[in-house]
Amino acid sequence: MFDGFSDGLNKAFAFIDRGKLTESNIREGMRQVKQSMLEADVNYDVTQDFIAKVTEKAVGDKVLKSLKPSEHIVGIVYEELTALMGGKVDSSLHLKTEGITILMMCGLQGSGKTTTCGKLARMLKEEGWNPMLVAADLQRPAAIEQLRQVGGQIDVPVYTEDPAKSSPVQVCKNGLKAAKKAGDIKVLILDTAGRLHIDDELMGELELIDKKLQPDQALLVCDAMTGQDAVNSAKVFNEALELDGVILTKLDGDTRGGAALSVKAVTGVPIKYIGVGEKLDALEEFHPDRMAQRILGGGDMATLLEKAQREFDADEMLVQQEKMSKGEFTLADFRSQMSQIKKLGSMRSIMKMIPGMGGMADLDPDVDPEAEMKRVEGIIDSMTPFERKHPDKIDRNRRNRIAKGCGQDPSDINNMLKQFNSMASMMKNMSGMGVKDRMKAMKEMTQDGGPMGAGSKGREKQRSKRGPLDSAAAKEKKKKQRKVASKARKKNKKKRN
Amino acid sequence: MGLFDKLKKGLQKTKQLLYTDVRDLLKEGELLDESHLERFEAAMIQTDMGVVASQEIVEELREKHKGRTVVIDEIWDTVKTKLKELLEGDDSSTWDENDPLSPLNLAESGPTVILVAGVNGVGKTTSISKLAKLAQSCGKKVVLAAGDTFRAAAVAQLTMWSERLGCAIVTQPSGSDPASVAHIGCERVLETNADILIIDTAGRLQTQKNLMDELHKIYRVIGNKIPGGPHESLLVMDATTGQNGISQAKNFSEIIDCTGIILAKLDGTAKGGVVVAIRQSMGIPVKYIGVGEQVDDIAMFKPDEFVERLFEE
Ligand SMILES: Nc1nc2c(ncn2[C@@H]2O[C@H](COP(=O)(O)OP(=O)(O)OP(=O)(O)O)[C@@H](O)[C@H]2O)c(=O)[nH]1
Ligand SMILES: [Mg+2]
Repeated sequence: MFDGFSDGLNKAFAFIDRGKLTESNIREGMRQVKQSMLEADVNYDVTQDFIAKVTEKAVGDKVLKSLKPSEHIVGIVYEELTALMGGKVDSSLHLKTEGITILMMCGLQGSGKTTTCGKLARMLKEEGWNPMLVAADLQRPAAIEQLRQVGGQIDVPVYTEDPAKSSPVQVCKNGLKAAKKAGDIKVLILDTAGRLHIDDELMGELELIDKKLQPDQALLVCDAMTGQDAVNSAKVFNEALELDGVILTKLDGDTRGGAALSVKAVTGVPIKYIGVGEKLDALEEFHPDRMAQRILGGGDMATLLEKAQREFDADEMLVQQEKMSKGEFTLADFRSQMSQIKKLGSMRSIMKMIPGMGGMADLDPDVDPEAEMKRVEGIIDSMTPFERKHPDKIDRNRRNRIAKGCGQDPSDINNMLKQFNSMASMMKNMSGMGVKDRMKAMKEMTQDGGPMGAGSKGREKQRSKRGPLDSAAAKEKKKKQRKVASKARKKNKKKRN
Repeated sequence: MGLFDKLKKGLQKTKQLLYTDVRDLLKEGELLDESHLERFEAAMIQTDMGVVASQEIVEELREKHKGRTVVIDEIWDTVKTKLKELLEGDDSSTWDENDPLSPLNLAESGPTVILVAGVNGVGKTTSISKLAKLAQSCGKKVVLAAGDTFRAAAVAQLTMWSERLGCAIVTQPSGSDPASVAHIGCERVLETNADILIIDTAGRLQTQKNLMDELHKIYRVIGNKIPGGPHESLLVMDATTGQNGISQAKNFSEIIDCTGIILAKLDGTAKGGVVVAIRQSMGIPVKYIGVGEQVDDIAMFKPDEFVERLFEE
């Protein structure tokens, strides 16, 4: 998401590396850093401060004398970026074990409040908190209906009233009553109408809800594509409501997301979550350090691992890895692995998190890895179980039937099979390699078209092959993951109490 | 109501806020130096017009005024002239102030089709309703097509507007192919001899390849059904949008050949300056602005007033 920004930084530091490091070329490098920050929509004043700080540190003796000055400067930029986005963020919503925790969502029109309400509710439900939604947007046509449908999708109750006969404050109050009456509700999420921060009347209304309901957390939903104005609205909302957190939405696009840098720096309110897609599971915790790493092209392995832990069925993985190393990997396994991977979310976003692969995600912007994956799935789904197990038995008759079944060309089936075969054998070979060699092999594969073909097919396969560890290592890893997960659970419990 | 009057009224309550008028950066009679220019650049950047356009204007100031005593009116004149030049581009199409539909390219015979697209939540559906009302007020018979079959309750939203406006609407159940909604819309507008068809689409990010393909299909279907259509492909942009607006304009244009921009939500504090950069690099003009949530809160775009507002407090 921050690609352009890191490009800019890279360029700036390449510049510094070219010549001998002097105070004047540090300043030139910093000028380029400044420009790329502004192009990334980082607030002007925030940018100025940042540049001043970093320049001051960089011009210090230590950098000039250090062996790799540009690395040293990158280090400083990274540290400062992280600090600017809030260092270590507490993304906990501080839910109460006793009584009902009230979360109030607010923001400008169209920032994504209703969808984010749904995402939060889904997440909380999954964690075992029983949420209820309140439709307090009586303003926009069909907003109530929208929340009702969102609630329906995730099977979470939605409290609504006839907008003609109610007011936002009243809906919220009655929503709380309804939640208390229901007995088992733990979290109440208020979806308020979008409003301009300069609309005194509507801001007053929001303050009234704040006063009457006393929400435990007031969360600002902010569009990541916002430009210089982001800090203005965030400031005013914060003054009115004393925000507890910000949720940044629409980060799945190509926005450089300077708003993330600015809002925290200006308001002091931490960004707690980020929205990375339209689906209700596309919500992630915000990690400034990882984000800063990502800016610097360092990858974001940690986020990926965390996601994988949550979504992958570990036992299933283990079975498959064993199969792979023995060369027994079939199309059926491949298919099931694909649906595992799909749970992880957008291909491109995952790819960017893996160090060294950020660039690959950009290889061919015209290819849609999801669509490509769907295509392959379609083919496999049109096969019989026998065929999935014995792809070598697929003759021309079978091939034509499969092609008809999935609406593709027989030659597509052929290609897919070829790719699968060479991939399976590659996997077998790779299961003996160390991590580094495996990475290298994958990279080579994707670069020369690879067993799953050029472009997206290569990328896709590289995803599906992320896991071929040998089984002992896999077991070891699983043990570790369990430990981490149980530790995290304990920690969360502590936080909540 | 005058075009930007509403805006001005809206902005009066914002006295406490946040921008300084560019003209306050200078004092009559001072010498214009680099530190002035830097403050100028900051003010430009804060409008979201981007580094390139900002520097271009600063460069102009540097050339014409640096080292000379400040005459505020002259400097302001230079800025305004340069910005208007950037905004007006080289096409000299002039709009008729008294004809609110004059920015639109209406079909010479038969119905006019307007396709409306943009990223999520920018104000597409609301802008469509505003545009429909505008067309109705000019005596046009309007049909709406609820082409957002994806977002929860999007069809209901446009339907409620059509009821308020008393205009025809075609809908399909949510989850249907939006291209088929467009198709049915074209049929309806032909059958009923209506004048203008406005097609709503689901919000989508310009990086979502499959959704952009879907949009292209809608675009093609229109052209197949009504030759020359869509006569307008309008991109709705949120005035708070930063530099990502450039990517939006570029990518949507590749798919539906944008003929204009509706700049929505100009009633906030955001300046919408990114349209300067878009006009400069892609030539796409802003045609209308949105200045509120009500159906009358739309105005024809006027470079003069827009430039004034860019640097207003
Ligand atoms: N203040 C203000 N709000 C606006 C304006 N135009 C639209 N809105 C509001 O912005 C919100 C989103 O508007 P919609 O018209 O639903 O936006 P959309 O682009 O159709 O949204 P999706 O279909 O969800 O992508 C609503 O609350 C509108 O009332 C405007 O000019 N000013
Ligand atoms: Mg809409």
